[in-house]
Amino acid sequence: MHSTLRMRKSPKQPTHSTRRAALTAAAAFLAGALALTGCGGGNDKSSDDKPSADGKESGSTVTLPELKGQSLEVAAVWTGGEQKNFKQVLAEFGKRTGAKVTFVPAQDPIINFLGSKIAGGQPPDVALLPQPGAIKQAVDKKWAKPLGPEAQAELSKNYSQGWQDLGKVGGKQYAAYYKAANKSLIWYNAKVFENAGAQEPKRWEELMTAAQAVYDSGVTPFSVGGADGWTLTDWFENVYLSQAGPDKYDQLAQHTIKWTDPSVKEALTTLAQIWGRKDFVAGGANGALQTEFPASVTQAFTGGDQPKAGMVFEGDFAQVNIAETKAKIGTDAKVFPFPAVGGQAPVVSGGDAAVVLKDSEAAQALVTFLASPDAATIQAKLGGYLSPNKSVALSAYPNDVQRKMAEALVSAGDNFRFDMSDQAPQAFGGTPGKGEWKDLQDFLKNPKDVAGTQAKLEKDAAAAYGSGS
Amino acid sequence: MSSAAAEDVAGTPATPSGPRRRKSVTGTRRTAAALFLLPALVLLGALVVYPIGYSLIRSFLSQSGDSFAGVDNYRALFTDDGIRTALKNNIIWVVFAPTVSTALGLIFAVLTERVRWGTAFKLVVFMPMAISMLAAGIIFRLVYDQDPDKGVANAVWVGVHDSFAESSAFPKAHPGRRSPLRSDQGGFVTAGTVHTGRTVALPLVGVAPDRMPKGAEPAARAQPQPGKVTGTAWQDFTRGKGVGKLGAVDPSEQGYAGMRIEAVKDGKVVASTKAAADGTFTLPAAADGARLRLPASNFREPYNGVDWLGPALVTPAVIGSYVWMWAGFAMVLIAAGLAGVPRELLEAARVDGANEWQVFRRVTVPLLAPVLAVVTVTLMINVLKIFDLVFIIPPGSSQDDANVLALELYRKGFSEDQPGIASAIAVFLLLLVIPVMLFNIRRLRREVRR
Repeated sequence: MHSTLRMRKSPKQPTHSTRRAALTAAAAFLAGALALTGCGGGNDKSSDDKPSADGKESGSTVTLPELKGQSLEVAAVWTGGEQKNFKQVLAEFGKRTGAKVTFVPAQDPIINFLGSKIAGGQPPDVALLPQPGAIKQAVDKKWAKPLGPEAQAELSKNYSQGWQDLGKVGGKQYAAYYKAANKSLIWYNAKVFENAGAQEPKRWEELMTAAQAVYDSGVTPFSVGGADGWTLTDWFENVYLSQAGPDKYDQLAQHTIKWTDPSVKEALTTLAQIWGRKDFVAGGANGALQTEFPASVTQAFTGGDQPKAGMVFEGDFAQVNIAETKAKIGTDAKVFPFPAVGGQAPVVSGGDAAVVLKDSEAAQALVTFLASPDAATIQAKLGGYLSPNKSVALSAYPNDVQRKMAEALVSAGDNFRFDMSDQAPQAFGGTPGKGEWKDLQDFLKNPKDVAGTQAKLEKDAAAAYGSGS
Repeated sequence: MSSAAAEDVAGTPATPSGPRRRKSVTGTRRTAAALFLLPALVLLGALVVYPIGYSLIRSFLSQSGDSFAGVDNYRALFTDDGIRTALKNNIIWVVFAPTVSTALGLIFAVLTERVRWGTAFKLVVFMPMAISMLAAGIIFRLVYDQDPDKGVANAVWVGVHDSFAESSAFPKAHPGRRSPLRSDQGGFVTAGTVHTGRTVALPLVGVAPDRMPKGAEPAARAQPQPGKVTGTAWQDFTRGKGVGKLGAVDPSEQGYAGMRIEAVKDGKVVASTKAAADGTFTLPAAADGARLRLPASNFREPYNGVDWLGPALVTPAVIGSYVWMWAGFAMVLIAAGLAGVPRELLEAARVDGANEWQVFRRVTVPLLAPVLAVVTVTLMINVLKIFDLVFIIPPGSSQDDANVLALELYRKGFSEDQPGIASAIAVFLLLLVIPVMLFNIRRLRREVRR
């Protein structure tokens, strides 16, 4: 009897305690959520009566229509933290207008996803497209609707001409860039640089000196994620943009000059100064070709004083991978802009643009909101986000690293360029094991063969541009 | 077996009542039959016949699908490099994957019959079948990882290799700026000759302090000794400061303990020694007028294992993972066939004096031949459409080298937006499968007749 009683009691105990734990967790979460929404709520009030406690964000800069009872769908490929943060921006829009906004998670490539939604007669109202090519496709297929005057006004107020033009197709504004990526950054392990006595370089020659110093100290200088071809195209784009200049860059992106051009040869030769030295790339070329991008980042920030590499090149999004290691961004993991190879340091960017698919007052209002500094400031504060909006105060970014990246992006003015491989037809610039990705992987394996690489690039480009357009 | 039985059941009443029924076929029975067949026909038509027909039509249309392209898509099939590689790999797959799986399955089946824990063993071998291709792909991606700390294949390989050839202590050491050393046959040699009574500096860089061999001490400047060549080999790099004083021993710089140093005259080694813990070394008078060489054995790189997923080995590696999954399937089918082999025949062979190998070779295998054929052919069909493993296991840089037709179909159709060529590949794959299917159907018919 006794034992059975106890037996019956004992299983109850844990459920009780777990329930209590769950309760406290929920309470803590609620408190956190309240704290997070606190600023949003204050902001909401500020729009109708008194200024909020939060000075920086007081007063909305954009007037939005009353949209009570209307509902909107927004599609984007974002997941995880990015999606969560974006939903807060949508919540703010809902608060200001009374509209109900739902986030629709989409798959890559988003243009195919939208195609099936449109074929099914249920397109989302607004979609965030990651490539200029996708915007053009959406316009060509008559999915995208032109932006209204309010959104255009917001764009011309807050965006440099370059970013506005990226959202235009045939001279008409179809898209507003909401999120930007800065792909001209080199992350480095601060401890390695300190041990080697190396300095943050401003020019390519200084980068080579720093790399040599790191190498002499006993650490391999660079980590290259060569298993993913796009990291290699980004390397090339940065060197090319800085060395050959923005005009040539545009011509090559349009394929009006050939890949056999001397400027391409020069850029590849410059790249070979790093790729061609077996000891400068972690694992050598063969090792790099088996390293995927996430591993290429983490291996530079694990292993204490002896990581597999001292530096890794890639965009601001690398911090997601750095966050998986024990390294702290800003102290252990630092960043410097890609050094100037030619006259000016390159700024290669990517970004997501909001496009209206179902023309309505609410959809237009949402894009207007996304183009305003109000929306960008909310997400900037949450971290992991850069805005191409020049009206967003740098103080909105949560830390120095973010600020540095945002500053480089905005101060480039109109001299930034959009990722070249994202502008190219997908068969050339976006398919694993094909086109530019594969050709540069072969180049990484055999960096002596500049002419052969150029010939292969030109052959693949000719085929892709010929059939794609 | 069961289909044969079913045919029998259906066939027996049909034969005697045949002529009588034909008379009564005035429409009612035919419509009833059609009615009963209709759902199956609609489903088959919609899900099998229509897609095949449409693929066939699509394969003759251009990329956008609104104009006739003739045989252009089929021509692309045999001129495109990617498709040619895929074709070649498909042939390798069809030849090796089913045969190796069947052979292993046969061995397992025959052996498990004889051990006490046979069933448990069978269970373990069969278990990979319960895993999805996707999961198996991810598992093998890890198994074949280049880093011996992650990939078990390389861990084993490197472990075996290193027990025969050890790596050296200074794999990345190299001369710094304005060094007196030149590279030579994988090692380094001094530019000038050395003389007794003088000291030699052998500065190198590239070894981190915590990678120094145990027992390395701060480097010391060597003292000149009459009749001897003395010197120091050390890491000429001060942590946090760069080289410090170039070519001179700084206080925190460490000696290359155990570095092998040879004195070479006219290509012959006249004397050799090893550096002490503080990097100093002493060579006898014989070294006078020689050049000092740090032989390549000092700088041997740690062995990094095999490039399992590199261009050369990627297809065999992926086939290996396929065999891991499907050998269990082959084993179970063959074991079932083995159970049906009459024991008396084996006994008789043994009584007649055949040894075990002869029994296996001359009795068991011939009796199992029909089962082996079924297993091989089933696996062949399975292998022709292999996709998942090849999609997941190879890294992007070698996916091209591991390409197979089904993967190329996917890439052409969905990431390169070439539905015409993709349809042509699909039709081509269908053509490849048809002979194998015909063979299977014929064999089944023969079985039924027997």
